[in-house]
Amino acid sequence: MSWILVTPLLVPFATAIAAFLLRHRPAGAWISVAGSAAALAASIVLLTAVLQQGVVAGQMGGWPAPFGITLVADRLSAVMVVITAITGLAVALYATAEVTERMRYLGFHALFQVLLAGVTGAFLTGDIFNLYVWFEVMLISSFGLLILGGRPAQIDGGIKYVTINLISTIFFLSATGLLYGMTGSLNMADLSQLIPRVENQGLITVVAMMFMVAFGIKAAVFPLFFWLPASYHTPAFSVSAVFAGLLTKVGVYALIRVFTLIFDHDTGYTHTVLLWVACLTMVTGVLGAAAQMDFRKILSFHIISQIGYMILGLALLTPLALAGAVFYLVHHIIVKANLFLVAGVAERLTGSTALGRIGGLYTHAPLLALLFLIPAFSLAGFPPLSGFWAKYVLVKASLDIEHWIAAAVALAVGLLTIFSMTKIWGEAFWPPHPDGVEPKLSRLTRAERWRLLTPIAALATMTVIIGLFPQPFITFAEGAAAQLLDKTAYVDAVLGAQE
Amino acid sequence: METLLSLTIGLLIAAAVYLMLARNVLRFLFGMLLLSNAVNLLIFTAGRLTFGVPSFVPEGAKLPPEDAANALPQALVLTAIVIGFGLFAFALVLVFRAYTSLGTLESAKMRVAEPEEEKA
Repeated sequence: MSWILVTPLLVPFATAIAAFLLRHRPAGAWISVAGSAAALAASIVLLTAVLQQGVVAGQMGGWPAPFGITLVADRLSAVMVVITAITGLAVALYATAEVTERMRYLGFHALFQVLLAGVTGAFLTGDIFNLYVWFEVMLISSFGLLILGGRPAQIDGGIKYVTINLISTIFFLSATGLLYGMTGSLNMADLSQLIPRVENQGLITVVAMMFMVAFGIKAAVFPLFFWLPASYHTPAFSVSAVFAGLLTKVGVYALIRVFTLIFDHDTGYTHTVLLWVACLTMVTGVLGAAAQMDFRKILSFHIISQIGYMILGLALLTPLALAGAVFYLVHHIIVKANLFLVAGVAERLTGSTALGRIGGLYTHAPLLALLFLIPAFSLAGFPPLSGFWAKYVLVKASLDIEHWIAAAVALAVGLLTIFSMTKIWGEAFWPPHPDGVEPKLSRLTRAERWRLLTPIAALATMTVIIGLFPQPFITFAEGAAAQLLDKTAYVDAVLGAQE
Repeated sequence: METLLSLTIGLLIAAAVYLMLARNVLRFLFGMLLLSNAVNLLIFTAGRLTFGVPSFVPEGAKLPPEDAANALPQALVLTAIVIGFGLFAFALVLVFRAYTSLGTLESAKMRVAEPEEEKA
């Protein structure tokens, strides 16, 4: 069975090599698109297998768990792999129009595919040390992508991004080392069995908090988020989009995985911390966005506030709340990546992302205006778009267990999100351009239009579809939440998968 | 032996934190290097220290001897060293680029990506 688990990983690596070899030809960009499409097919095969058989696990190299290298996919992992491939495909197509010849020659597409492989690996691994390795794969390629082009702003943002991520890495590594010292295992399923047998549970909580800091930095939660708005608005728009969609979400995924599977020994303490972190993340993110006057900076701060919602779902730890978190993850990746792609087209047409210096998009590019409104309203939680259901499930989950503060914060932050989105609308789309530029879509060549707008339109369509037919997605998310809360299926699949 | 290593790790981390609190990015990086080495030692120590028994299975036996060295923490440390080295090399080049293109190593003066608001 293990080839199902390995293909979504091997395809991006193979594509990366091919794209690197073809980096001096335009074909290099199309290899990346084709590879992403193949990865999407492979990930859908994996998702179907998970839906039919439950948790799928495989041991690489033939050593049985917990000694071998475990790859494992439950519903959460599988859906994250699919969504990674979808984002990858959309951005790869967008990048064919955006990435310059020089960036391609410097290996943009190869780095991009390695990034996707790292993200996929992090979702699929069943071993905490391998999770560290996949994080590094992802980090190294993201470092490269972030500073590719070498403008001073990118170097400046890069310094902050690199240093804080190195610190997070060190926290992660030392927590892993200490956990191994206490339990003698690195396999996550095995760890979940061994943790209750450790004598000193207080030490386990200490290690759990180290993991929380490490993943919290990656996920950009309060108060560890400062690197994100310092760097995400500097690179190419394709890079921003894939970072915004996927990278912080790997942190959220790791938090969900670790704090449901391994560290559920003292939820009264750990998940209360998570709850307050979640509320503060939502509020600071949205307030930060309110103070910004740049398209991408506003969107960057909104990533932070949205991360808070997902952490809230994890912190409440009821079946409905976790389902909400899973649903939110899927919805958010699509919407957020899309908004950054729209920002890229807006910048091409108007010449800037500073809101004071642009305008006229509604009059001259109504199609782009529509394609902005769909993800923007979805982000704010307007019915009938995907964001409405995501927020609805989470608010209902907090009301169900009578957690009024969390529900109130979630609703208030939704309102403030509308404020930010209308600010972008009111500055970039509604008024005429201050310099009298007419940002018509016809300023782009036909090929550019097609390559830039197709991914945006496709992602917007997905947002609408999830919004109009939410039931199958919510049912799926509930199934994923049930698998997260009842660990037996996961543990049996990994430890029982011994031949 | 454990005590000695623990003290060494503590000293290394203290020195690393001191360096990392500096505003100069290069000093920060050297702190980072010390810290990653401290963590490598930490993994090594947390994986139990043993004396003089190699982690081989003797001929005829099915298991290694009771007090044999555990090879796994060493494998982890090896991986971490390799990754840490790569990251450090990248970070050094990045800092060099920052010095040439931003003209400073003071982290407080790196405000290109986030310019300060003009004060009225």
